[in-house]
Amino acid sequence: MSVVVFALVHFSGDPVLLMVSPDAPPDVVATMRQALGFDRPLYEQFARYLGNAAHGDLGMSLRMNRPVISLILERLPATLQLTLAALVIAVLVAIPAGIVSAVKRGTVVDRLAMAGAVAGQAVPIFWLALLLIALFGVRLRWLPVYGSGSLAHYVLPAVSLSTIIMGRLARLVRSCMLEVLGQDYVRTARAKGLGESRVLAVHALRNASIPIVTLLGLQFAQLLGGAVVTETIFAWPGIGRLVVEAIFNRDFPVVQGVVLVVSLIFVAVNVLVDLFYAVLDPRIRTEPA
Amino acid sequence: MRRSGPTFWLAAVFLGAILAVAILAGWVAPYTASEQDIARRLQPPGLGPHLLGTDEVGRDVLSRLIYGARISLLVGVVAVALSCPLGVLVGVVAGYSGRRTDDVLMRVTEIQLAIPTILLAIAVVAVLGPGIRNVILTLSVTGWTLYARLTRGETLGVKQRDFVQAARATGAGDLRIMARHVLPNVLSPVIVVAVFAVANMIILEATLSFLGLGVEPDIVTWGRMLNGGRLYLSTAWWITALPGLAIFLTVLAVNLLGDYLRDWLDPRLRNTLRGDQI
Repeated sequence: MSVVVFALVHFSGDPVLLMVSPDAPPDVVATMRQALGFDRPLYEQFARYLGNAAHGDLGMSLRMNRPVISLILERLPATLQLTLAALVIAVLVAIPAGIVSAVKRGTVVDRLAMAGAVAGQAVPIFWLALLLIALFGVRLRWLPVYGSGSLAHYVLPAVSLSTIIMGRLARLVRSCMLEVLGQDYVRTARAKGLGESRVLAVHALRNASIPIVTLLGLQFAQLLGGAVVTETIFAWPGIGRLVVEAIFNRDFPVVQGVVLVVSLIFVAVNVLVDLFYAVLDPRIRTEPA
Repeated sequence: MRRSGPTFWLAAVFLGAILAVAILAGWVAPYTASEQDIARRLQPPGLGPHLLGTDEVGRDVLSRLIYGARISLLVGVVAVALSCPLGVLVGVVAGYSGRRTDDVLMRVTEIQLAIPTILLAIAVVAVLGPGIRNVILTLSVTGWTLYARLTRGETLGVKQRDFVQAARATGAGDLRIMARHVLPNVLSPVIVVAVFAVANMIILEATLSFLGLGVEPDIVTWGRMLNGGRLYLSTAWWITALPGLAIFLTVLAVNLLGDYLRDWLDPRLRNTLRGDQI
């Protein structure tokens, strides 16, 4: 992963030329290159980058003259809050929709919910975001359309972002529930007189939850990626907007740092998902290694 | 195969129409993409010389949508045509070779999968620079992992089958077995995933254009049209709404066709939803 992000910076040209003014004399450029270590062989620069990254040093921003790690840490909470809000909205809408679709299979409710899910998978989030701004921000003036601060600021960006996974999640919940609802233990639960909601929540959903949690873990990366677009549209002060600004400013250490941090978050989330399997299915805990 | 219902035909006819219009843009578009009618700028859709209205400099929205379809479809199809063979090659070699080759190729695939597609795409296109060739290259670079993972899994199953063992027993070399016996037997799910991938690529290209990182500024794309209309959202909704609608309907039609193709070619994939989750 470090190789990929390191290569990004070094394919983009001489970083020193981006830091000095275009008319800087060659000796100034050479001195700066030497001072920053860009004159060293690439493998040596990479080894130094890896060593520094392991200590939390992701280099300096070429434009803002500040450590990349502090820029990222300053903006990361806003992105995580937005991503988690989107995840919560997606889960709150998609899981009940998927369950109802499975239980009412073949009915109008099922068809409507799945048509919505299929359509949701085709909507470009930036378009949806602009439509939401036009309707709820500009026309009705119900919600703020840019910046962050209050709970109301979360609504439009989080709703747009949530559509990235909502349709997919609803379809997966439906197909997993259909599979589980035909199992003997569900029939037994019903036969012993349990209420339908308890059968669905405790016996069916729990047994259908492993692929659902896996999907949520895998889709977390797409949510973080989607945040790049959403944050740009809603002027949300997170790392998505930071990386877009950095790209336009050709501030590649920041781009490199954000890609690395986002990838690490994705890996960490998926490790957590793996650990969570044991909570959902006790058989995984007792299986021999 | 699932009986082809009205949804299938609607999607097929819509895509056919979009494709025909994109190919024949020079003949069917009422104006060129850059022709300006300053006297009629920001005209809403309606009867008159500009059926779907005009943008902020008086360009005909319908004509721009028609020319924009060319880029969306071209980029989507070519990016898949480049990334798919690369991913299939990696997947077949990894799955067939096993051991160290498999480990190395799959680690590389997993590393790329840990970086969100859109983030990787904007980082790569920022390094390469905008332009249609670079956008296609970028989308191809971001898309191959999907096929690699899928094909590797399929190859692992196919290489244990009797006909592969029989080919090996008759003295066929590894290359021949991979090309003649493994590859044809792993292609069905790949074709299904490739169709879904065209839809993903169309959205990704539109996203890059929307962010100002897409093709050259003088080429019209749906994503760029959408971005251009942002400032006029409250006064001229059609500049933003119509290109978005075009992207939405095209992606929806491709996905619906993909659903039918999946049921026909590889019903096992039905419960795994769309190709991008495989």
